[in-house]
Amino acid sequence: MTILAATPTQPWKPKFANLWPEFLGVLFTILATLSIVAVTPLKGKLGFALTLIVVATVTSAVVSGLRKDKRAATNSVSTVFIYVAASLVLIPLISLLYEILRLGLGGLSWGIFTKDMSETASDSPLTEGGLLHAVVGTLYIVLIATIVSAPIGFLAALYIVEVKGKFASIVRFFTQAMSGVPSIVAGLFIYAVWMIGLGNSYNAAAGAGALTILMIPTVARTAEEVLKLIPDDLREAGLALGATQWRTVISIILPAARSGLITAVILGVARVAGETAPLLLTIGGADALNLNPIEGNSSALPYYVWKNYSLGNPESIERAWLGVLVLMIMVSILFASARYFGRVRGQSR
Amino acid sequence: MNSENTNIGDENEANNKKDEEGKMSQINTPGVEKSNNAQAVAPSSLASVASGSARNKPSSRIITGSGLEARNVHAWFGKKLVLEDITMDFTPGTVTALIGPSGCGKSTFIRILNRMHEFIPSASLAGEVILDGQDVYQAGVDVTKIRLKIGMVFQKPNPFPSMTIKENVLSGLKLAQIKIENPEELLQRCLVRAGLWDEVKDRLDEYGGALSGGQQQRLCIARSLAVDPEVLLMDEPCSALDPGSTLRIEETIRELAESMTVVIVTHNMQQAARVSDYTGFFLSDGGPGRLIELATTTQIFSNPKEKRTEDYVTGKFG
Repeated sequence: MTILAATPTQPWKPKFANLWPEFLGVLFTILATLSIVAVTPLKGKLGFALTLIVVATVTSAVVSGLRKDKRAATNSVSTVFIYVAASLVLIPLISLLYEILRLGLGGLSWGIFTKDMSETASDSPLTEGGLLHAVVGTLYIVLIATIVSAPIGFLAALYIVEVKGKFASIVRFFTQAMSGVPSIVAGLFIYAVWMIGLGNSYNAAAGAGALTILMIPTVARTAEEVLKLIPDDLREAGLALGATQWRTVISIILPAARSGLITAVILGVARVAGETAPLLLTIGGADALNLNPIEGNSSALPYYVWKNYSLGNPESIERAWLGVLVLMIMVSILFASARYFGRVRGQSR
Repeated sequence: MNSENTNIGDENEANNKKDEEGKMSQINTPGVEKSNNAQAVAPSSLASVASGSARNKPSSRIITGSGLEARNVHAWFGKKLVLEDITMDFTPGTVTALIGPSGCGKSTFIRILNRMHEFIPSASLAGEVILDGQDVYQAGVDVTKIRLKIGMVFQKPNPFPSMTIKENVLSGLKLAQIKIENPEELLQRCLVRAGLWDEVKDRLDEYGGALSGGQQQRLCIARSLAVDPEVLLMDEPCSALDPGSTLRIEETIRELAESMTVVIVTHNMQQAARVSDYTGFFLSDGGPGRLIELATTTQIFSNPKEKRTEDYVTGKFG
């Protein structure tokens, strides 16, 4: 009886001993970049970054070309470009998050969620007052906009994909066109029609109306794509069991598309949660908590940020950053919970 | 018996491959005849499969409905005629297999039988499909009622992904909004009839997608049985399945034929020979598909009237 003496190895992984050309290449790249920046008029972060990209590309091409062949050189060059492109995406995102956390975290405390700004001067320290009114306003506005636009968006998508009605292509064209509408136009529309034309005053519901206009196309287009992914097999199976089209949609198509439809709503909320311009024209703005969404001026987090930033004193600018941070946290919580509730059921594989 | 089985294997391969191999199996055939002298004269081993599978007498069965008939059915996609003048009777309590090369209109034909044809926007139709004495295409007929009576199993297993095994089986009731007294009993009966009960009885609340392909297909059969159809249409139900699952489903089909009419489209002539009472051979010579020959399965595989049928079942083309 022999005992098999096998140790798990990963022979496809590069050995440390074979990595020295890469190390030399990296070392050379850094040194060359530093010296080029030192001796030439290229200055600053931008000059350094540009030089680094060029030197890294050339070095990797030369190292791979010498060690292997031309194909390997092409491969290394494209690898370098892909890393550069990925960094170009990540750097702004990470620095944005870092900046928001750096400037916003200082003011974050439990107190800001329990008080509004009705009795606090704008230049008083951040321990006084809070942004409860803005949080409540944003919740109302986003909630109302979602309740109105999700069903409309879903029904529009169902019309395009399931009913395939006569006007399906026209509906699709208009949802696409509407998704390009500038947000201020949506605000102006509500302002002109709902407020000036019909004589209503500023309130949270008017703001929600403006956001609904922006949200419907996003929801409809995403839902359309999701419904298109549902295989025709399922539709036919439902119909072959003697179901009407409506029963098939309700009992089979929508449950099968559930997680995708939740994503459609998330994308819609993400589209509108940070909108400022339409709200400036519709909600009126307030420093006091207003629990009634259909009467009286209201605030919202983007509005709160805009207002505090334009006040200009150091405390209000800090409040503006705090508002951005809170808005970001709220959207993140929303995303996480939607992902949790929208996770695909019945996938054991 | 062994030599016969080997020969069946050859035949099957030949059907899917080239002419040379078709001739090979022809050469083999006389050997089979010698070893089966007791049997009726058979030009191919499929014939022995066809005549070998035991059949109950139709009269001994309990059958509901008076069967399904297609009368002079033509079908078009756009302006292209794809089916020409198909007339077939499906006797209650029998299994009818539709065979023929790809693109000859078999699937189109069975989709006409339960009015799934009309979902293709460019489709049109002539002729009648008569179920229990009434044309299903008559104006005023409730198409959902027709589909309740004529169930369908598709080529690819398609359990509803958002439903558990139990919900899948009972989904027909939910979809057609039928209320029943004892769903648990119906659930068990359908799964037993589909030959799936023993495998899933402890996991009825798992999702249908967790089953294997063969189990999923039997789940789909159970699902179509729950609404108690008179006719069950099967469009190549085993083409995506392994031999074991195929065998289970063929057993299921034989059992189902005790109480309903089954129409099965298949590319597997072994399957047609094993499972069916009648076989219809469809063929398209570049133009519309036609029903070349319809006869008992034994006759189609042992003594077909048409030369083209014989060529096809012996693997000379197709």
